[in-house]
Amino acid sequence: MSGAPNVSEYPGRPVLKRPVWTWEIPVYFFVGGLAGASALLGLAADLAGQGALARNARMAAATGAMVSPLLLISDLGRPERFANMLRVFRPTSPMSVGSWTLALFGGAAAAAAAADVTGRGRRLGRVAGAAAGLLGPGLATYTAVLVGQTSVPAWARARRRLPAVFAASAAASAGGLACVVTPPGQARAARVLATGGAIAELAAGGWMEAGLGDHAIVYRRGRSAGWARAARALTLTGAGLTGVLGGRRWAAAMGGAALLGGSLCMRLAVWRAGPDSAALTGPPDVMLDGSWRGRTTSRPTSG
Amino acid sequence: MTRVGFFTDSSICIGCKACEVACKEWNLVPDDGLRFLANSYDNSGGLGADTWRHVAFVEQQTEDGVRWLMNSDVCKHCTRAACLEVCPTGALFRTEFGTVVVQDDVCNGCGYCVPACPFGVIDRRQGDGRAFKCTMCYDRLGLDLLPACAKACPTGSISFGPLDEMEERARARLDRLRRDGVAGARLYGTADAGGEGVGGTGSIFLLLDRPEVYGLPSEPEAPSREVAGAWGAAAVAAGALVLGVVAAVLGGRRR
Repeated sequence: MSGAPNVSEYPGRPVLKRPVWTWEIPVYFFVGGLAGASALLGLAADLAGQGALARNARMAAATGAMVSPLLLISDLGRPERFANMLRVFRPTSPMSVGSWTLALFGGAAAAAAAADVTGRGRRLGRVAGAAAGLLGPGLATYTAVLVGQTSVPAWARARRRLPAVFAASAAASAGGLACVVTPPGQARAARVLATGGAIAELAAGGWMEAGLGDHAIVYRRGRSAGWARAARALTLTGAGLTGVLGGRRWAAAMGGAALLGGSLCMRLAVWRAGPDSAALTGPPDVMLDGSWRGRTTSRPTSG
Repeated sequence: MTRVGFFTDSSICIGCKACEVACKEWNLVPDDGLRFLANSYDNSGGLGADTWRHVAFVEQQTEDGVRWLMNSDVCKHCTRAACLEVCPTGALFRTEFGTVVVQDDVCNGCGYCVPACPFGVIDRRQGDGRAFKCTMCYDRLGLDLLPACAKACPTGSISFGPLDEMEERARARLDRLRRDGVAGARLYGTADAGGEGVGGTGSIFLLLDRPEVYGLPSEPEAPSREVAGAWGAAAVAAGALVLGVVAAVLGGRRR
């Protein structure tokens, strides 16, 4: 698996094409994970009778669900054709599965938040909140399967480990945001989730990188390394602040913000790892920083 | 309809690039820049959104002089096509000829097919936003015409026809070359040689050296082959997330 196969010896030409996804995609991975885990937190807090936390979590889920499609549409080569995502259901495509999940989740999360804001249709709002909460874990993890079902080694070899990283990161970010917006007295559950998620995110991240073989280098060198370091530093800081000093308002807010930043940086690191890993399927004249001599990057932008 | 395919015999390719030109002409593939790549006679670099046939030139100094290898690369039209499997819009589909084609009026440029393809064939066209690749001249097949590249090939290096006939022809040619003492000759893209991971392909090649030398992957694999494990891992992770949230909420209730 981590040996020589599928490395081109043809000058300037890697076996694989560089992924074309731009910054919106990793930001969506972050926002979608945040929204999914928040909806789940909202459902659990609602059932446990923690009203303030539940409302804030539902609002976070709805906001994330509204932002997500904008990010995804903005990345499309033909944004005006976004609705074609719901033209078919193709179970072999994680993106198709995810599009339908996001569409259902968005509707449910928006309905739940609307009931909170307007104070009308509360029973329907609770049902919608429950639906969003049940779809949330799927929304937070399918993106890891999505990048895993590619030929890019740094993604494909992580296909069994990345879902755990994304799930933990989603928990840390949802707990972190709830810490920022909820008074500490009503946010104990959020602190537990934030700290536990952060520790799990760090552990799962190391486990994931350990399974990459010779392509683990893309997280240590190249354009992914800075994001990966920032993610670890922010998540560690956030875990300390929310875990130890989380009872104080300022510490909870700063810790939560650090966890959000760490979660975002982790997705950016995973995203950046793709092009570098694809470049490593080329001969030595193909640079690790992705600036390979082949056509796709040096192509003049005409037309 | 019977499945059709290419047989590209690199042992009689002369590197004239008539296939590249004919493909561009017929399919109205835009110019992708005149570049000097400092690699033999290659100036299109590789397959992509604007190059659907690419002639690879391997020009190496050996003990016996210069070694020249040429091979016209093309989309493999895999039996288990990664691009088609991941396409969320249904723009990529399998035709009645068994080929894999992008419907350009459906594709919304999501880009998923690009990193999915284990051969690095399909790409998104800059300035257009949609994904493009070889269609095996879908429009010509309906009229019982040869694909443009096969029609233009002056040496018969590119043959086209029913896939089983192509494979037969490829094996016969391989036997002949082996009898003649061409040691490095091998097939590529069949279900038992280089195409195992994608269930065989619709583009069979006869190569004179290892696939890597031509820039082809030695063990291409459709990424969907192991996706059940990925979904299983996601289910476990999602379950752990549920347990974690429930534990946090219950734990947060007590002081």
